[in-house]
Amino acid sequence: MEEIKLMKGNEAIAHAAIRCGCDGYFGYPITPQSEVMETLMKEKPWETTGMVVLQAESELAAINMVYGGAGCGKKVFTSSSSPGVSLKQEGISYIACAELPCLIVNVMRGGPGLGTIQPSQADYFQAVKGGGHGDYRLIVLAPSSVQEMADFTVLAFDLAFKYNTPSMLLADGIIGQMMEKVVLPPFVPRRTDEEVRNQCPWATTGKVGRKSNVITSLALEAEVMQETNLRLQRKYAQIVEHEVRFEEVQCDDADYILVAFGSCARIGEKVVELARNEGIKLGLLRPITLWPFPTKEIQRLAKQVKGFMSLELSVGQMVEDVRLAVNGLVPVEFYGRQGGVVPLAEETLVALKQKLVK
Amino acid sequence: MTAKDIIKPENLVYTKTKIMTDTPMHYCPGCSHGVIHKLISEAIEEMGIQDKTIGVAPVGCAVFAYNYIDIDFQEAAHGRAPAIATAIKRLQPDKCVFTYQGDGDLAAIGTAETIHACNRGENIAIFFVNNAIYGMTGGQMAPTTLEGMKTATCPYGRNTDLYGFPLKISNLLAELDGTCYVTRQSVHKVANIVRAKKAIKKALQNSMDGKGTSVVEFVSTCNSGWKMSPHKANLWMEENMFAKYPLGDLKDTEKKHYEK
Repeated sequence: MEEIKLMKGNEAIAHAAIRCGCDGYFGYPITPQSEVMETLMKEKPWETTGMVVLQAESELAAINMVYGGAGCGKKVFTSSSSPGVSLKQEGISYIACAELPCLIVNVMRGGPGLGTIQPSQADYFQAVKGGGHGDYRLIVLAPSSVQEMADFTVLAFDLAFKYNTPSMLLADGIIGQMMEKVVLPPFVPRRTDEEVRNQCPWATTGKVGRKSNVITSLALEAEVMQETNLRLQRKYAQIVEHEVRFEEVQCDDADYILVAFGSCARIGEKVVELARNEGIKLGLLRPITLWPFPTKEIQRLAKQVKGFMSLELSVGQMVEDVRLAVNGLVPVEFYGRQGGVVPLAEETLVALKQKLVK
Repeated sequence: MTAKDIIKPENLVYTKTKIMTDTPMHYCPGCSHGVIHKLISEAIEEMGIQDKTIGVAPVGCAVFAYNYIDIDFQEAAHGRAPAIATAIKRLQPDKCVFTYQGDGDLAAIGTAETIHACNRGENIAIFFVNNAIYGMTGGQMAPTTLEGMKTATCPYGRNTDLYGFPLKISNLLAELDGTCYVTRQSVHKVANIVRAKKAIKKALQNSMDGKGTSVVEFVSTCNSGWKMSPHKANLWMEENMFAKYPLGDLKDTEKKHYEK
């Protein structure tokens, strides 16, 4: 029988990483995600699976350690929260360009600036539009439960290695800090050196019987760099084609759709319930992949509903992608709270009625 | 002896190491990088560790080090090489790992990464080329620029009241418990080249043996940036650079081994 445990979302990430054969973690403490590293240090995986866990001197160093580890074909990750993830952007851009697989966890808190330690979703733009310099994307997964913190850690690694690209777990302080029951993924042993060489023939594992491998994001010739860009875009098109994930709650007969991810989707489920009690046919669309975004599904729904409302812990970021998908077919409204304040289901329903249901 | 005789293997007194590729170097004539690349390549060949050695290239003139030294390489962001090398060595402890960095890379933008990698005693070798200037970007002031020295961003000479003092970072690194070997070398004369190669080998061996962090600083010229002939640059280096950055070992000891 599956063992059900009770733990925080941040702890679930750490346990899932150890269990899925992760080779290394490099991080720097920041609230509200420090339990990721604390749990790893407490678990001492270097004594069991051989996983390396290292507290770096900064988020910059941590992401560059991830860069170095990923360049060796290793399964490595880092975690941080909003201000720390801003610091990591340099490294993330390099990793994306060098086409290396890795996982970056962002347990978002309220910004801008040093902001607050309360939950937020205001790093949506940073996560899905690039974040660092240059044209690149991350595969962005948005967990909305402790169970998904564990499951998506495994999934994010799988997708990163499938496409040789960095993936991001975009959670928020609520999902990171709250405790729920969770079934942890099964133990998978770390890959052997030979398995790493076979899976990642491009990695810096030592020049043995082949040309030397070079991990770089540099090409001074404009035409060569253009080709790198076009290659990335071809890869991203494949990801858009194959990796869109979302969940729908009562969308089939809906007149209105609430779009929400992460903790807001949990609130959204309650809003749907309250609305239906009042006779308003509301459905919930929960993007699981924020990039690639469920654009086609929103386009499909736009033909059968009277309007959308995006619910976010920000001043309205994902709503722009909803509007792009809907493209003027029906109204798209926004409701949200900022700076660490979390909206209630009741106030969200009031906003829905004022803005959309007339 | 005819030309045909001369190239017979038994008559050859010198061949280029196979670890150096035939790619034409982009370095300016008179630059120290070419000699240091060659010494690292020779050391790797003589130690028989081509299959075990992983280099980390910097941002700066040596950004293309991977085009010249035929081993696995990673190209770091500016200053971040020690962080990258940290992960490479921790995740592949059987490898010999080195970074190759300039003074701007190591002693300005990457100061934190350098100091903390050394302080953790990462089992890596750091090859540090100090020519007191930002070469690749066109000769701007570096943290190691000498007092009064003219550069593109201190055209009237480095004024220490305004821009601080030449940073003797190797001395600082030698103070850290994690470093096992810190030395300052040059490659402008044959005797110095011989000593520098010994230092390189020792640093690489320390990485293999897990003795802690080794730092080999090469006090070097940048004749283009300094706007001097190669010969004059060497003389200027002897007179001015060595006065501030004297050659020799700063530290040579095994790191303290702490209980796990």
